Amino acid sequence: MPHSQHPIELLRFNTCGSVDDGKSTLIGRLLYDSKSLMEDQVEALEKSADITGGGQINLANLTDGLRAEREQGITIDVAYRYFATPKRKFIVADTPGHVQYTRNMVTGASTANLSIVLVDARQGVIEQTRRHTYIAALLGIPHLVIAVNKMDLVDWSQARFQEIRDEIEDFLPKLDVFRDVKFIPMSALNGDNVVDASPHTPWYEGPSLLAHLETVHIASDWNLNSFRFPVQWVNRPNNPTDPSLHDFRGLSGQIASGIIRKGQQVVVLPIGIKTTVKDIWSHDGTLDEAFCPQSVTLCLEHDIDISRGDMIVGIENLPGRNAELTARVCWMHQRPLQPGKKYFLKHTTQTVQAVVAAVENKINFNTLEAEETNAPLGINDIGTVRIRTAKPLVYDGYGTNRLTGSFILIEQGTNLTVGAGMLNAPTEAVKPEYTDFAI
Amino acid sequence: MSSYHLDHLQYLETEAIHVMREVAAEFERPALLFSGGKDSICLLRLAEKAFRPSDLPMPFLNVETGHEFPELIEFRDRRAKELGVKLIVRTVEEAFQKGIAQPTPGVVSRNQLQIPVLLAAIEEFQFDCCIGGARRDEEKARAKERFFSFRDSFGQWDPKNQRPEIWNLYNARVNPGENMRVFPLSNWTEMDVWEYIKKEKLEVPNIYFSHERECFRRGGQWLPIPPPHTDATKPDPYAGARPKPTDTVKKMVCRVRTIADMISTGMIESPADSVDDIIGEVSAARVTERGTRADDKASEAAMEDRKKAGYF
Ligand SMILES: Nc1nc2c(ncn2[C@@H]2O[C@H](COP(=O)(O)OP(=O)(O)O)[C@@H](O)[C@H]2O)c(=O)[nH]1
Repeated sequence: MPHSQHPIELLRFNTCGSVDDGKSTLIGRLLYDSKSLMEDQVEALEKSADITGGGQINLANLTDGLRAEREQGITIDVAYRYFATPKRKFIVADTPGHVQYTRNMVTGASTANLSIVLVDARQGVIEQTRRHTYIAALLGIPHLVIAVNKMDLVDWSQARFQEIRDEIEDFLPKLDVFRDVKFIPMSALNGDNVVDASPHTPWYEGPSLLAHLETVHIASDWNLNSFRFPVQWVNRPNNPTDPSLHDFRGLSGQIASGIIRKGQQVVVLPIGIKTTVKDIWSHDGTLDEAFCPQSVTLCLEHDIDISRGDMIVGIENLPGRNAELTARVCWMHQRPLQPGKKYFLKHTTQTVQAVVAAVENKINFNTLEAEETNAPLGINDIGTVRIRTAKPLVYDGYGTNRLTGSFILIEQGTNLTVGAGMLNAPTEAVKPEYTDFAI
Repeated sequence: MSSYHLDHLQYLETEAIHVMREVAAEFERPALLFSGGKDSICLLRLAEKAFRPSDLPMPFLNVETGHEFPELIEFRDRRAKELGVKLIVRTVEEAFQKGIAQPTPGVVSRNQLQIPVLLAAIEEFQFDCCIGGARRDEEKARAKERFFSFRDSFGQWDPKNQRPEIWNLYNARVNPGENMRVFPLSNWTEMDVWEYIKKEKLEVPNIYFSHERECFRRGGQWLPIPPPHTDATKPDPYAGARPKPTDTVKKMVCRVRTIADMISTGMIESPADSVDDIIGEVSAARVTERGTRADDKASEAAMEDRKKAGYF
């Protein structure tokens, strides 16, 4: 592992594909070839090789962590891996490919800058490929890599590679959200085009996977438009010894988008009061400005009654506010989404009661078309639903803001997380009856 | 890179602060597990960043096996005092007396016995959440852990039934008697921890730095020789953890890389006596951190088994 120098960027990516496409082998290969594997990991690998690998070291064992998985030979949950090169640090979410585990892919991909979808060169594009590509698009992941794996088993055929590429490009226009898409022919098992360029693909001019991961432009992946600050925690010292803190009233949270400067006007929602940022407080001293995704504490000019769940926003490009919402929901539990049933909905820093009024459509993963239905959504289904919340949400469309446009649904009683939702853009912005703050 | 861009440590920091504030906002009785080790030292700084100028809104909790490095205890107590935070300590020894835990015949390590002690403390204080310093890069089973890791009313972790964690929306809901373990450092690596310690100029106990110590060889590791048994009225708490006449004993220039207690912490030979040296050493290391902990060596699934039973 190389010694890192500041500043160094962090890239988060996830891998997806069907069982046996080679995801675990690929990650094992990246760790191994970038020399992020350590002695005792190799030792543990060798120990378990006799049981599962017929005496051969199995790179996949590096990420298939849990015993149940080793026994069944499938990855059942998201595993996170970490490695670094002199250029970047990486967080890898190894998201499983089994058809039942779409929820894990959504989990692993929701925080990713980039998704790698593996395709077995022999099998070509299958429903899983479409599903995973679609989910990556739906989640608004900016960068996509299609890794055409096991090229060694199709004699490194350029024609085969092109065929797969054509088929995916055929349905990609329906998924026009990716900032860039790369196709890379590789053999995860042998390491071709994973870290180093392969001698078997003279016809391929692009970078190896790692070279791409090290250089893809991610600086603009965070949303610096339209300031949004969901209030997370009210910071009010009890009996401070420092007299200057007697009237300290800070609003702590993580900036969900945009930039905020000291002295800037803001609007507090839903109450609709305009005020000014007096101070941007941090433990390291006050700041002149702060930006997404920093965690800070804002002090406002006026003493307004603000609590967790409120949102402080810039005065331009106001968000929407509504209790009737439309969203695409990925369902994550065996008990289907039940119209009429009450769920808890967690959006930014607040949890409200919500009821699904109706299911409008459901994605058919073969055609990638939304088909009208009013059947409940089952596990791993993705569809459009109409939701009513007990209290209006202040929100943006997921397409413009991943953090103020997303929510989870929690089943009451069991408290299980059963759904992930992405809100459609509001039809109109909130119109606060601004009373400039005056006493 | 634009000026509106966070480097990796700033990113990890803001993520961890967000997680800590979620805990403060969503739970009624959280606690922070503070051992004095390097990971929990980072947690303290993150808590300061999350909650100052207010008081830290949670007490510290530590479970002692009774085999601790004295340096660590001193450090732990002092830091809690400096930060003005209440420190709750529960010990395996007390648990024996109360009958909450039983010594396992033939087993010296009290690592396993921390589980019932921790669970009893959670019940005693009605904690609904414990913040811990575990990282996913430490070990295979940890690699699957969530930031908010749900434990049932027996304190157990069910790896097959974890709540999906999407975006930064953490589901913190628990029913009475159930419990959450929260790991703000989930995405940190050992290297990140040391870089953060350097950047924030954090004090760490001196056993992390190179010093001279008598050790003996056991199970492929160099274990520290326990303090002498002085109180003859009580059985030797370290019986079985002392070198036998046939064991190789050596005075070494060494340090710890990860701290459990004296019985399960392997010392590594090292001249590193500054944070910079340690960072250099970690970057060149050929053994992952947990490789120096005797408690994980036993079986490949050791950590997974302990976690299912309610371990940190
Ligand atoms: N020939 C060949 N076999 C591969 C390649 N990548 C993976 N495999 C094999 O395919 C099987 C499944 O791989 P694995 O990584 O476990 O797949 P996962 O289920 O997607 O994680 C294993 O036997 C691998 O050795 C490759 O590039 N070429």
